Amino acid sequence: MADQRETDHATGVETTGHSWDGIKELDNPLPRWWLWVWYGTIAFAIVYWILMPAWPGLHGYTKGLLHKSDRAEVTKELKALDIKRGEGAAQLRTASLEQIEKDPKLNAYAQQVGQSVFGDNCATCHGIGGTGGKGYPNLRDDVWLWGGKLEDIQYTITHGVRTGVEGARMSQMPAFGRDELLKPDQIDDLTEYVVHLSKRPADAAAVARAQPLFEAQCSACHGLDGKGNQQVGAPNLTDSDWLYGADRASIRGQIFAGNGGVMPTWGGRLSPETIKALAVYVHSNAGGQ
Amino acid sequence: MVRVIDNTRPRSDARTAVSAAARAKGKGEANGHLYKPRQPIYPKLVHGKWRAIKWALLIAALAVYYVTPWIRWHRPEGFPQQAALVDFTGRRFYFFDIQLWPQEVYIFTGLLVMAALALFLVTALFGRLWCGYACPQTVWTDLYIVVERLFEGDRNARMRLDAAPLSFNKIWRKTGKHLVWLAIAFGTGGAWIFYFHDAPTLIRTFWTGDAPMTAYVSCLLLTCTTYIFAGWMREQVCTYMCPWPRIQGAMLDDHSLQVTYLAYRGETRGPHKKGQSWEGRGDCIDCNQCVVACPMGIDIRDGSQLECINCGLCVDACDEMMVKVGRPTGLIAYDSEEAVCARTKGEKAVYKPIRSRTVYYALAMSVVGGLTLWSLIDRPKADLGVIRDRNPIFVRMHDGAVRDGYTLKIANRTYVQQRYDVSFEGVQGARLSQPGTVGEHVSIVVPPDQVVPVRVFVTAPKDAELEPSVPARFVIRAGDIRAEAKTVFLSGAANPQ
Repeated sequence: MADQRETDHATGVETTGHSWDGIKELDNPLPRWWLWVWYGTIAFAIVYWILMPAWPGLHGYTKGLLHKSDRAEVTKELKALDIKRGEGAAQLRTASLEQIEKDPKLNAYAQQVGQSVFGDNCATCHGIGGTGGKGYPNLRDDVWLWGGKLEDIQYTITHGVRTGVEGARMSQMPAFGRDELLKPDQIDDLTEYVVHLSKRPADAAAVARAQPLFEAQCSACHGLDGKGNQQVGAPNLTDSDWLYGADRASIRGQIFAGNGGVMPTWGGRLSPETIKALAVYVHSNAGGQ
Repeated sequence: MVRVIDNTRPRSDARTAVSAAARAKGKGEANGHLYKPRQPIYPKLVHGKWRAIKWALLIAALAVYYVTPWIRWHRPEGFPQQAALVDFTGRRFYFFDIQLWPQEVYIFTGLLVMAALALFLVTALFGRLWCGYACPQTVWTDLYIVVERLFEGDRNARMRLDAAPLSFNKIWRKTGKHLVWLAIAFGTGGAWIFYFHDAPTLIRTFWTGDAPMTAYVSCLLLTCTTYIFAGWMREQVCTYMCPWPRIQGAMLDDHSLQVTYLAYRGETRGPHKKGQSWEGRGDCIDCNQCVVACPMGIDIRDGSQLECINCGLCVDACDEMMVKVGRPTGLIAYDSEEAVCARTKGEKAVYKPIRSRTVYYALAMSVVGGLTLWSLIDRPKADLGVIRDRNPIFVRMHDGAVRDGYTLKIANRTYVQQRYDVSFEGVQGARLSQPGTVGEHVSIVVPPDQVVPVRVFVTAPKDAELEPSVPARFVIRAGDIRAEAKTVFLSGAANPQ
């Protein structure tokens, strides 16, 4: 670069001496406002170092005069949230399930809590809409294995189904085929009988053959009329709702293997207030029995 | 379209092919800077018809602004008793007997469209009357100039004071002026926030520090803008910041009344001594009174200009002089280009207030105004929204019946509690029910001025033989109040069991 700087004749401004394809760069000073903002940021930075945590050291960092700590603030906010949630939780605790469902405000709160808890914990099996799937009960309809009243739902959620924990809902359908309790042709006859129970056309001879068999083997739980028993979680065989499938193959498979699903014990994992809110949520979404 | 002189741009004769830098440098008055330095303007006080109207409008405008939030209005217990209130926290707008919800802002849209069309119409008829008489920038600037005159005297005294070296006299006059300006600015910002909160409460909480932060911030913001716009920037706001001077060219035509210097009468201008003959010369005595009175610092004799706000102060100034020299007034007057041209040629001046442009504006105004008014009068007292359950879209019951879930949002727009009977129409044999309650009849109590979400179920029997999607509707009724919302019932026929 030459000692003497070139001056652009059009503007009267010195150039930087850099040239690209003949285009030269003017050496205009920085805009004043920009410069002052820049000085301002430097001044701000110095003040910031003094007031706020800034410099790392070997053992920790400079704390700053304001002693600001994001971690402490989060802890404080979480505590405040607990207190805030505590109000709703306290109301859920003291009110009965019926009261919660009847009170519009409390119900709205329970619905909100219930919806989010359902999404986090229940939707994995029952689906986000609660309609379940094969082997996972539909919680939206009016069919209930263990009862659809508020208290029944609360009990089922709290204690679970077939978890082996004391108090859990428990029943076991025998695996009539796998355990060789019945012969294959008997199972075929029973299948026809169950199809007949749900008011569908079935082989009359097989139904007649299976009737004593059903009364002996199945009616203890499913009832003589096949309408089931919610005390033992035995499904109603006369309706159009089938947990493990409605077709003959599915029904036969169920008689053969005696499937029974497991639902976790949520008591202890979820607080009693949360379970109450969940029960109200499930109950009202199912139409409320 | 009318030709408006734009003094903010280089004159057309100066537009030759030179680089931007050279042009900037060449701008003599800009001293090589890109922007022209501001020429201080010292508008002289004038007396006359237009000035009197301006005073009256100034007082009226300020009175409306300051008094409105203090007007009380009776509403039922629990509702604001303030006539005009924009309640952001409660999401309601109150104006006397009118109450609007956020979803009714289209009424404001209607009002704004009407305001714009009114502005078009007035401008097409009488030029920029809004700018000269009603614009807050003009009103507050006028008020600030009153204060300035009080402390520093009229034009000549102010110019002398500004030119004088620093002295005690200068310091106290300037300080006093700025303090009063700041006080007015604070009053402006302070009055603004009363429109958004209960005024008697806010005036107390404002000083105790219990007012919402938005009130303090808005107050500070408006204090600053008022002080800066009316005290320091003044005509620059109109000339450089406001888009209206640029738009006006599209509104004005040869028939629009504008403040006009009647050149055919005034020229040839020149000083006139008492007793001299008026033969062979114009009426303009070149006294410069129109220029010193102008708050925009222009010479109206140059013609219609972008800066001109059509305030008519030069008309008053000129009329005063014409009376003094014994010539007819109206050398500068509200006049149309067409009329001036006609009279220049010695023909009869014709004024055409009714022309296609003004008719269109007036027509558009009445259509928009009618629609807005109609939607305000026809405002429903209740509103119903329906949200269909989407997961699951339907549920099959144990007996094969099909049930759809809906969330109804019932809005009660009255000041009293209402009980709405809900019914579902369109599906034969369908049964309406509410979760958790027994019975066919669904009736919902909605507290005054609130929206209540309600979950309902509609169950259609198995043998209903419905289309997969059946158009249906919900209806709510409470006395003579009725609202309905369309929806569909999904019967599950497309997904047989």
